[in-house]
Amino acid sequence: MNSLAISVSNLTKIYGERSAVSQASFEVPMGTVCGFVGPNGSGKTTTIRMLLGLITPSAGTGSVLGESISHPQRYLPQVGAMIEGPAFYPALTGAENLKVLANLGGYPISRVQGLLEQVGLGDRGGGKFKTYSLGMKQRLGIAAALLPQPKLLILDEPTNGLDPSGIQEIRELLKELASDGTTVFVSSHLLSELEMISEYLVMLRLGKVLFSGRTQDLLSAQQPILVAKPEYAIDLGKIVEIARVCGHEVSVVEGAANISAPSDWSASLNRMAFEAGVTLSTLTSVLPTLEETFFEMTNNESAGGE
Amino acid sequence: MFHVFLAETRKLRRPTLLFSTILLVLAISGLFTSLLYLLINSRDGNGRRGQSITALTLSKSNGLVSGFVSTATLLGVVALCIFAAQTAQEYTFGTLRNLLVRQPSRMKLLMGKYLSMIFFALIMDFLSLIVSVSISYGLAGHAHVSTVAWSTAAGFHALAQSFWNVFLATIGFGTFGMILGLLLRSPISSIAIGVIWVLIVESLLGAVVKGADKWLPGTLIGAVGNGGDAGLTYSRSLGVSLAYLVVGSAVVALLFKRRDVAN
Repeated sequence: MNSLAISVSNLTKIYGERSAVSQASFEVPMGTVCGFVGPNGSGKTTTIRMLLGLITPSAGTGSVLGESISHPQRYLPQVGAMIEGPAFYPALTGAENLKVLANLGGYPISRVQGLLEQVGLGDRGGGKFKTYSLGMKQRLGIAAALLPQPKLLILDEPTNGLDPSGIQEIRELLKELASDGTTVFVSSHLLSELEMISEYLVMLRLGKVLFSGRTQDLLSAQQPILVAKPEYAIDLGKIVEIARVCGHEVSVVEGAANISAPSDWSASLNRMAFEAGVTLSTLTSVLPTLEETFFEMTNNESAGGE
Repeated sequence: MFHVFLAETRKLRRPTLLFSTILLVLAISGLFTSLLYLLINSRDGNGRRGQSITALTLSKSNGLVSGFVSTATLLGVVALCIFAAQTAQEYTFGTLRNLLVRQPSRMKLLMGKYLSMIFFALIMDFLSLIVSVSISYGLAGHAHVSTVAWSTAAGFHALAQSFWNVFLATIGFGTFGMILGLLLRSPISSIAIGVIWVLIVESLLGAVVKGADKWLPGTLIGAVGNGGDAGLTYSRSLGVSLAYLVVGSAVVALLFKRRDVAN
């Protein structure tokens, strides 16, 4: 059995002079939740469309569930997808919209009601799609993606328009699916959400893959930040000065000095602060969040590219 | 392909589309057939383009279907709108990507869609025939038209032949609409261009350019529905319109198969 749900190598899509995706290579192991992140226009949706056979790549190769992406009919029956937001027929009800897709894929119609209930639309399936709120449309899109009971679920911004409880429900749903062995490949702008659920991560910028691998590997490779807050705000300048003299980058955030330094430097900082007559009320070492790492990496990349 | 057919049929039977189409078809058939009998002695004529169709003509074996046949072009225009809208809306709603994920074979998707719309057209024509025949029988006495020949073998043959011709014309107009829908990817544009072309541009060209009606697709398809028109034989109309539609369909099918689905 193939251990990779998705594998692409040098995948490229060129529109005229513009390269939407440029030699992207990454792998997504089976049974994991993989986050797919990148700023708007970074090529996420184009990549997803190539994986689903909607767009023909200009170059490169790829496979989904062990089958080449040039033969999507071989793997799509086992793939559920929601691409670039939910798209349905406005004049049909939510349930009818799902039944159209169930007919099309040859799935039992009896599955529809269960799916509507699973995504929290059990009592609204009879309402027309055009009357749905953005969050309800999004839920219907997820229900449609779950219709084939997929081995691989590809979701493009599934939490768009959802309220915090809706986001939490989707997060739990994705975790549950992953625990049942479904591979989830999910793109989102909510990096904090992805950090909570993604074991793997593919990071894209300007059509190029910046990182692909375990989320933990990415985060632990980052320089930790020492957060030092003096007892009296007036002493903040002295902390900043100590850090700079010792050659560490420092920024001030909400009355505290955020110092890019190894966590074992905290003892030295504490001592030097004491010698300078400053009492620290907070001194902790934190790893950067996915969001901070993402901005750090994309900024470095753009600085390097300029 | 059967799965695609089922899915498309589900979309076509939505109440707003189904009932409005049925009402429209019933209105067209009812109006055209009623006027044929009610204006039978009118000096302005009771047929197309002021033509007078006498009680004697209507009493012939093919008289029963005169009203139904005269609706061919309008039924075709209805089909054009439905085929165009059903095809182009997949682009405007963005639903094509969902359909292609569930049915990656684009040709199967297109064929299933086409067959379901043909089925819809068949029902539409059948309803129209029933209304027209019922009104014909109902108004025959009022117009002093004998119905004896209508129920002979020749009458039934004429009925079947006319239904087939009108059905072919409806599919022809519908295919024209589908071609426009796939080319333009917008229901409004494809319907507007299709209807304006068939009802206005072709009429103007036919009136201004001598012999143009022998080559205009809408006129030719309409002639198929009428079983041939003055100056346009049935076989020529069928052959040339078929050639137009086959070439057009092949081009758009190729486009549909190759084109990236990027919206």
